[in-house]
Amino acid sequence: MTSSPATLAPPARRGPTARTRRSPRRHDVWLGIAGVAIVLGVAETLSRTGIVNPAFLPPVTEMYAKLFELLGEGDFWHALGLTVRGWAIGLAAAMVLGIVLGFVIGSVPFLRAFTSSTIEFLRPIPSVALIPLVVLLFGTKPQSAFLLVVYAAVWQVLVQVLYGVADVDPVARDTARSYRFGPLRIARSVIYPTALPYIMTGFRLAAAVALILEITAELVIGVPGLGREIGVAQSSAAYAETYALVIVVGLIGVAVNLLARLVERKALWWHPSVRSEHS
Amino acid sequence: MNVAGLARRTLMVLGLPVILLAAWWIASAGSTSPFWPPLSKIVATFPDVWTWDRIVEDVFPSLARLGIGFAIAVVVGVSLGTAIGLMPRLRALSEPVLEFFRAIPPPVMVPIIAIFAGYTGWLGKIITIALGCLWPILLNTVEGVRGLEPVLGDTAKSYHLSPWRRFVFVVLPGASPRIFAGARQALSIGVILMVISELFGANAGIGAAIVQFQRSFAIPQMWTGIIVLGLIGVLLAALFKAVENRMLAWYLGQRQIERGE
Amino acid sequence: MSFTTPLVARLTEQSPADAPRDEAVALDLRGVQKTYDTPGRPQVEAIRHLDFSIRKGELVCVVGPSGAGKTTLLRSIAGLLELTAGEVVLDGKAVTGPPLGMAVVFQEYGRSLFPWMTVRQNIELPLKEKGLDKAARREKVNRALEEVGLTEAADQHPWQLSGGMQQRVAIARAIAFEPSVLLMDEPFAAVDAQTRAELEDLVRSLWKHLGVTVLFVTHDIDEAVYLGERVIVLSNRPTVLMEDVIVDLPTERDQLTTRSHPHFGELRGHVYSLIQRAKRGDRPDAPLPGA
Repeated sequence: MTSSPATLAPPARRGPTARTRRSPRRHDVWLGIAGVAIVLGVAETLSRTGIVNPAFLPPVTEMYAKLFELLGEGDFWHALGLTVRGWAIGLAAAMVLGIVLGFVIGSVPFLRAFTSSTIEFLRPIPSVALIPLVVLLFGTKPQSAFLLVVYAAVWQVLVQVLYGVADVDPVARDTARSYRFGPLRIARSVIYPTALPYIMTGFRLAAAVALILEITAELVIGVPGLGREIGVAQSSAAYAETYALVIVVGLIGVAVNLLARLVERKALWWHPSVRSEHS
Repeated sequence: MNVAGLARRTLMVLGLPVILLAAWWIASAGSTSPFWPPLSKIVATFPDVWTWDRIVEDVFPSLARLGIGFAIAVVVGVSLGTAIGLMPRLRALSEPVLEFFRAIPPPVMVPIIAIFAGYTGWLGKIITIALGCLWPILLNTVEGVRGLEPVLGDTAKSYHLSPWRRFVFVVLPGASPRIFAGARQALSIGVILMVISELFGANAGIGAAIVQFQRSFAIPQMWTGIIVLGLIGVLLAALFKAVENRMLAWYLGQRQIERGE
Repeated sequence: MSFTTPLVARLTEQSPADAPRDEAVALDLRGVQKTYDTPGRPQVEAIRHLDFSIRKGELVCVVGPSGAGKTTLLRSIAGLLELTAGEVVLDGKAVTGPPLGMAVVFQEYGRSLFPWMTVRQNIELPLKEKGLDKAARREKVNRALEEVGLTEAADQHPWQLSGGMQQRVAIARAIAFEPSVLLMDEPFAAVDAQTRAELEDLVRSLWKHLGVTVLFVTHDIDEAVYLGERVIVLSNRPTVLMEDVIVDLPTERDQLTTRSHPHFGELRGHVYSLIQRAKRGDRPDAPLPGA
């Protein structure tokens, strides 16, 4: 280690003290499993002892028995497939639309200024306001869900891409210009890498929102999919099945979140910054 | 020059909205399609539909349910989130469970809540809104509390701040940027749930009104309802922003300085 | 490997740890030892053995090579870390948690001030905890602000101030608390050289006319010799005392004359060579195997 004659380098970080704050991981995993077990156990007990009416809250074991029963039914898998397909198509369309619009609007200062008030105004309009309209247009066809999903998800992507493009270091941009990079090359080698983490954040947020709207459309409008199955099960008082389906939807949600985080990490493994989201 | 600057700014802010509205007006002017009535007709219908009585009967109750549900979510989310954020053991214990509940799309809780609370009165709707708003607030509070600058914690300890003062003057303000981020997500989910909760069970409210128009093919009226819902969304977002700007003035100022350098 | 006998000999001759433990002692470290023992991680022996004491009204600097456990030591004294063995005694009472008679100025000035409060509120908060009424608080805050020359900035937020001014706020907060011992953890490591010189003089003058006991941890040898009445030199990890150097420079010090004083040069050279030896793993107890 080299240092100036009378000054020693200060410690960059508090080594040991910072380390002691974090408890080891394996321990956490066991605690997490214990937490899940506690919740399941409490729910089971509440139902079995009749503290909560078992007609309303069937024992967890019954929910899971029903769930395994469902896993053997073709209809269930069909509904699951429709839900996932609707989610994926809507999300993909929102990503493409959001990224293209974001890059175009973000890279042209005039467009950026000209559209900002409109974006600020349109963004908070709740997507569900469109439900009556899509029902009129498409009824219970998947297009109804598609429109709602795209409308809700595209803002998440667009706004993040706009942040990302605005975050481009002006010096980097000027450097690229002074080397006479063409606009496409600037977009590819300067703007895109800066915006990528933002795009990934947008993807993560959009993935969750898209699932919410897909399920909502199924549940509320009656677009075929798991959401509709839940509605049907509940109104026919098949409560164990209702819970089983809700658990499935929750697990899909967890899978979507994990997938989005995985994609984010894969795409950003090179990226030095750990960004916090400001949506 | 100042006048020119102001004119330019006005043009920038109002330009596109005016163009879009004009385009809608012109494009729909001769429309005979039942789904796309002329904008002129929608505007003309507006005062007939949204009378003061209807606002009192439909809009206010909807907003009241949203307000109550959201407030419950804030109180529960912030207090529970602080406890979990401060106790690593508790966090490890609850994390997978919370991840699961957060991942459930909130509207599917409607049938479950309907099983318990029924869905004709206010109770089921408020629970729906509160439960949907809870997760983003709770999880962001946990992150905010966990991300609190450790030096600030040490400072609070070495100056002997009591747990209550530590909570009010250190933990809560320190976590507030994240709490606000969570509350903003929660608000948009809350508006969605406010509408959806009114689609189940015969009930009054703005969401119910819009669907009623649609079912009775009162299309221009339905359009006015969509516009009102949009306006509510925009107004709530503006209100939220105003509160945030006030409460987080220190944070926004600090960030601006950090970025300026 | 080298023999360290002469050093140990000098250590026992000079060490003020042998001084009688009477009422004049403000802070006393007795056999302090700290080992980080986190399950699932290798043990880290940070401090092996430290014994020294600081008399009331003394200004003592602690220096050591990087990684010498300076921050660990300070946090232990401040009651923010639990000791593995030994004890820290403040005003005759063993420290178990953060003691009331102590105030800490942290290195990370920007992060030790509450950004959501104004300068005044930052200084006032600990006083509220002390149960002082509004008038008394106001008076103490104003006096502290005056001491550090920040009266005008009272209603600004910390992040609106420069780094040096922020550290002044932290110092004002500490002195308004009226501690019997003021701990400073590399407080000027992150400010520019000019500001640093000003702040050093501020610490000297506050120390002189407030009569507060100061323990000042630093990695800067010049700073330690310039500020301290004594300089405690630490070994590399696991930390023991290298030497307790008495700084017999005149009490009136200023940046120009003191630093060009020949004796200042000697002391500085002496401490520097100690640190260099400490970095090589030369220690008074036993040389590290393979060091």
